[in-house]
Amino acid sequence: MGAVTTKTEEVQENYLNAEYGWKSWLFTTDHKRIGLLYLVSITLFFFLGGLFALLIRLDLLTPPGDMMSSEAYNKMFSMHGIIMVFFFLIPSIPAVLGNFVIPMMIGARDVAFPRLNLLSWYLFNIGGLCMLYAVVNGGVDTGWTFYPPYSSNFSNTNVAMAVTAIFIAGFSSIVTGLNFIITIHTMRAPGMTWFRLPLFIWSLYATSLIQVLGTPILAISLALVAAERLLHLGVFDPAYGGDPVLFQHIFWFYSHPAVYIMVLPSMGVVSELIPTFARKIIYGYKVVAAASVAIAIFSFLVWGHHMFVSGQSIFIGMVFSLLSYAVAIPSAVKVFNWTATLYKSSVSFQTPMLYAFGFIGLFTIGGLTGLFVAALGVNIHVTDTYFIIAHFHYIMVGGAVMGYLGGIHYWWPKISGRMYPEIWGKLAALTIFVGFNLTFFPQFILGYLGMPRRYHAYPPEFEMLNVLSTAGASILGVGYILPLIYLAWSMRYGEKAGPNPWFATGLEWRTPSPPPKKNFLETPVVTWEAYDISGQPDLVERLHNEDRIYKSALQAEERKREELGVETPAEGA
Amino acid sequence: MPERIVTVNVYAKILAVLLILTATTCAVSYIDMGRMNLVVMVLIACAKASLVALIFMHLRYSRHLMSIVAVGALFWLGILVALTLGDYLTRGWQ
Ligand code: HEM
Ligand SMILES: [Cu+2]
Repeated sequence: MGAVTTKTEEVQENYLNAEYGWKSWLFTTDHKRIGLLYLVSITLFFFLGGLFALLIRLDLLTPPGDMMSSEAYNKMFSMHGIIMVFFFLIPSIPAVLGNFVIPMMIGARDVAFPRLNLLSWYLFNIGGLCMLYAVVNGGVDTGWTFYPPYSSNFSNTNVAMAVTAIFIAGFSSIVTGLNFIITIHTMRAPGMTWFRLPLFIWSLYATSLIQVLGTPILAISLALVAAERLLHLGVFDPAYGGDPVLFQHIFWFYSHPAVYIMVLPSMGVVSELIPTFARKIIYGYKVVAAASVAIAIFSFLVWGHHMFVSGQSIFIGMVFSLLSYAVAIPSAVKVFNWTATLYKSSVSFQTPMLYAFGFIGLFTIGGLTGLFVAALGVNIHVTDTYFIIAHFHYIMVGGAVMGYLGGIHYWWPKISGRMYPEIWGKLAALTIFVGFNLTFFPQFILGYLGMPRRYHAYPPEFEMLNVLSTAGASILGVGYILPLIYLAWSMRYGEKAGPNPWFATGLEWRTPSPPPKKNFLETPVVTWEAYDISGQPDLVERLHNEDRIYKSALQAEERKREELGVETPAEGA
Repeated sequence: MPERIVTVNVYAKILAVLLILTATTCAVSYIDMGRMNLVVMVLIACAKASLVALIFMHLRYSRHLMSIVAVGALFWLGILVALTLGDYLTRGWQ
């Protein structure tokens, strides 16, 4: 490739060893380093949020809930939700993996505004510190949704501080989204047309649109809550002439699209994993790309399905129910396209692919139960029960977190230059899958039977299913700690990865691992369609020589042709 | 893209207009016009916001794409208002 090839035994200069010292990290404008900074921040929050989850499940181990008072329990689930949603899931894939790979995938040397990118990380951490302050200063008990009157006249916890924290972190989300949109518009390499972009880019583009269009509204709704608390403005409190349902409208206008901020990036990761590990072009590229944008737009039209029992009018309830059914279509389209890609492909079951399979199955369950709860009648039965908890955890944990972990494993060789240990990877993926289902499937049944959410105690007949759920949570916890350990181990002891260990087609794989500081030794020129292996002759040759699965698939195909007496099709057919 | 240079003079004039409009808002609040008070004030606020976006934020001097972005953002706000009113205006019980 490059005209100047350095001697192989020499350690090449890359983004990790180009500079040393804490200043070189804290003042970096390199999108790859900023991605890693985010990785550190959100991993801390993930385990803090996980700790609260553990305490919730421990309390629910016994029917009387004898571990915590109901006040303490309210704080636990509130802080769990706030931290997981705003300080882990929303930044997870975009800020870590998006930052790391978007510029490389489109053949750019950095994002459009590198310093703004660094600013977003600082904003995130300032918000995070405010949140930590709220946590240690006694916590919050409003639930992650901050509904008045819990957040207004009935609360005496750190609502104002928590709201400020989310307000600030929200700006980091807006800035990141803006940066990505402009980067994707203006910095694509020669030949990288819109329809040659990897689908990960399309889904992050759609995500960024939601971040830019939605997050300001969240900021406004939270600012109004704070203003009402501090200045007694009459917005949501009827005593001052306000209306509490108005808060729910404004809040969910952001927060339903926000669930797609969490899941769209995971869909993008899956759209990368499936073609790579099935050695096949994705089925219906343009449809999958368009589905991402359609989801982003439709997601703004369905928020009222969170308010069916809030007192909103029956008429608008019917409208929101209908629109909710419409938004499910593009998601379903994606699932069908991934499945169709697998048809007659040569699948290799490496760790990232296990996560992709996990995603498809669990997201489908989450999405279909979404249709249950979007039906007006069914909703009245299951709203505010464990059925809802199970529904959104199937999507946000079963879907979004699976995609995130799949992506982390997939790009880990690029990030660190080393392979993670495959056996441990598979073991962890399996542990997480089993632990997840054991934790959350019983909750569907519990909810259906009528166990309400957000209570610290429950009637004894629900004990069995709750014990199962807590047992599952402990398995899940182990599953999440495993990657932390072996990924750290692999940074030093892992096998050297080489530029393209997966035989993948994206531009990020056509540069050394770890990549040089400026991503590419020379600016790439794209001449092939997305995921088309045959467009990269060097890759085809490597597949023929090195890849057992690809070879055996080719042989099987040839044998079949011979059996059927079909002539080998002409070259390129 | 070369930025059109806007003279300080223009900024000063716009600032003056904005201040006059603010004064008008204050003045209007002393006249009781019933529901019309709100309408007038919102209209004045819209005029002020437009001036800020068009002149101070250079929307007038930018590419069409920028106007599309701005109008798109307003449209999005429109979705919020429209569907929320879709609730408030159809409540049989109020
Ligand atoms: C695709 C990703 C999705 C995610 C991440 C997601 C997430 C969530 C979350 C977090 C909640 C609970 C909010 C709360 O009250 O605290 C929820 C509730 C709900 N979801 Fe989903 N959801 C998704 C897809 C869907 C789909 C496709 C539908 C229907 C077509 C749907 C319908 C609903 C409904 C109706 C509720 C409200 C239930 C209630 O509170 O009574 N969701 N979802
Ligand atoms: Cu929703």
